[in-house]
Amino acid sequence: MDRSTLRHSATFSPEVIEDIQVKAELGHLRIRGWGTLKRLPSLDDLTFVPSSLSRVPLEGYREKCSTRTVIGARHGAKPVILQTPITITGMSYGALSRNAKVALGLAASRVGTSTTTGDGGMLAAEREASSLLVYQVLPSHYGFSIHDLRRADAIEICIGQEAKPGTGGVLLGEKVSAEIAAIRELPPGVDQRSPVRHPDWLGPDDLMIKIEELREACDGRLPIYIKIWASRVADDVKLACKAGADAIVLDGMEASTAASPDMLMEHTAIPTMPAIVEAVEALRELGLMGEVQLIVSGGIRSGMDSAKALALGADAVSIGTAALIALNCNKPIYVDDYHALGVEPYACHHCHTGRCPVGITTQDPELVKRLEIEPAAERVTNLLNTMTMELQMVARACGKSDVHDLEPEDLRALSIEAAIMSGCPLVGTEVNLRAVLNALGGIVSGVNPGAYFR
Amino acid sequence: MDALAAGGTPIGVGRIDCAALSTREINRALRRASTEGVLSVSLLNPQGRHNLAVGLVDPLGIEVEGSAGYFLDGPRIRVRGNCGWSVGETILSGEIVVDGQAGNSAGASMRGGAVVIRGDVGARAGIAMKGGLLLIGGHVGYMSGFMMQKGTMIICGDAGPAIGDSMYDGRIFVAGKVEQPGTDAVVEDPTAEELRWLDETLLRYGFPAGGDFKKIISRRRLWNFSKKEIGVWIEAL
Repeated sequence: MDRSTLRHSATFSPEVIEDIQVKAELGHLRIRGWGTLKRLPSLDDLTFVPSSLSRVPLEGYREKCSTRTVIGARHGAKPVILQTPITITGMSYGALSRNAKVALGLAASRVGTSTTTGDGGMLAAEREASSLLVYQVLPSHYGFSIHDLRRADAIEICIGQEAKPGTGGVLLGEKVSAEIAAIRELPPGVDQRSPVRHPDWLGPDDLMIKIEELREACDGRLPIYIKIWASRVADDVKLACKAGADAIVLDGMEASTAASPDMLMEHTAIPTMPAIVEAVEALRELGLMGEVQLIVSGGIRSGMDSAKALALGADAVSIGTAALIALNCNKPIYVDDYHALGVEPYACHHCHTGRCPVGITTQDPELVKRLEIEPAAERVTNLLNTMTMELQMVARACGKSDVHDLEPEDLRALSIEAAIMSGCPLVGTEVNLRAVLNALGGIVSGVNPGAYFR
Repeated sequence: MDALAAGGTPIGVGRIDCAALSTREINRALRRASTEGVLSVSLLNPQGRHNLAVGLVDPLGIEVEGSAGYFLDGPRIRVRGNCGWSVGETILSGEIVVDGQAGNSAGASMRGGAVVIRGDVGARAGIAMKGGLLLIGGHVGYMSGFMMQKGTMIICGDAGPAIGDSMYDGRIFVAGKVEQPGTDAVVEDPTAEELRWLDETLLRYGFPAGGDFKKIISRRRLWNFSKKEIGVWIEAL
């Protein structure tokens, strides 16, 4: 048989057939780790236009290019001062192993950046390893303690995260070990379903009071971040600013998690690139650019992704999956254990099973041993340093002596869609299609929208 | 302004007039009192102020001479009035007693200690409770005990709709009506030992012993995802 001529349905592709048949067996939500697996409009759709004759570059390897980043001084708190704008995002002890959390903390400390707790309280060893630790206040309040809050360097009120937008986290029973259950005050082995709403407040007016409560709890010493997923970004950013945020953490559609329903990851929210643009426009409208910092996460893989995010207006980025990959996630070692999970290295997103072959997303003591803390911390340190050097190199190429001087003018869009989403001119043109479209929308809505959009 | 707020020498029993102070000034004065041997402080003219006594980790008795707003917290508090939302949220220990009524989310996610409301409370009382005792002299609103994890709630009045919905664990005792238990919540009779403990606890806080208490606990069908229990996952109140 000539298999090359067999035709697959575009609607019922092999992946769709497999998905339907898995659900037919499962009779429940299909939960997995990582984030969306499909191609999205992204920072890859932008390219830098470095200096040439019209601009003067800095020496790529030698001239000064500052990466110092200050977060959270808006309301007089002691700001978080980072030596690189590349931070590590919140991931819980529970979703991750103890060794993974400690290694991330050590790496962040060595490059002078921050790491973040997660939906499981503050691990003492993580605090010890981390010179700058952001303490998340999540809807679940698992392990929440005033004592831990006061040991933190910043507070992050997590409205939600992008890999599970509009719903809470989940930690399947396989990972709810006796220790994790004790920390979270749950029965061991339950499928933990984190709440989506905070138990003690509901809307943005309440949030304003909640922020004041947290300021009182730390005597005004700690910056308050608010983390939102990318949904109605402009509205949410404005509400967070109005409520009193010192910084916004914006989690785009490419973001990952250790466990979430597949349908949410694949079919909800908006990608990181257009989310940044919406957030920046909202901050400009409020006159708060530079006053409220924007930290962007979701699919940040490299210094170039970081540079593009900064050029669009972000102050800093956060990495999660990239840091785990540096730890060894999806590395082709212990291959038989990948096969036992029904996956392959480079295509494993089975964090939810608790059987992580490389000891990162597991609570199994034998698997955890596979992740040696010191070498793992060194790998993440190397990644953070390399990303920072990439960021500096492209900034110098664009003639900037500070990575925060990167700007949209340094970028061009590689597609019409990216041009409209980003506000950067389409390559080969000097036209801002986003502005044109917005102006057209304004004209149309001012006349009779129904006549144009019937 | 009292000597405490003005930076004077602490005394055994202090008073702070909230009327002329910012919340930060009040809380700093309380914090200072708690670390300098003051036994108790009266907060005068609280005027429904939010975030009173937040961030105290050392022992101190506080008497709120009036009503407090949202997020009242602290190691040992008596409120001679009403309280706003989320009194005692996520407290680890200590005791908060409110003579009047309280708004929504009383004792939300509390991890230890005791929160006692002599009157009625709003919705979502004891939501996501993780430990301790939440004792309510009156009625509670809807979805109280929602996703409760541990600890004990005692309700001397009626329970609003969906009491104990999706609770993982813990116990809710209700003396009044339970018209609509939440999903996966089951109503049982307390044991003789639990009835004795109820009497002791009620008397300790000045409530009459006795009462026709029912016990609500988790049926545990939501502990693990299962297609055999699909109804309990799809149906909710």
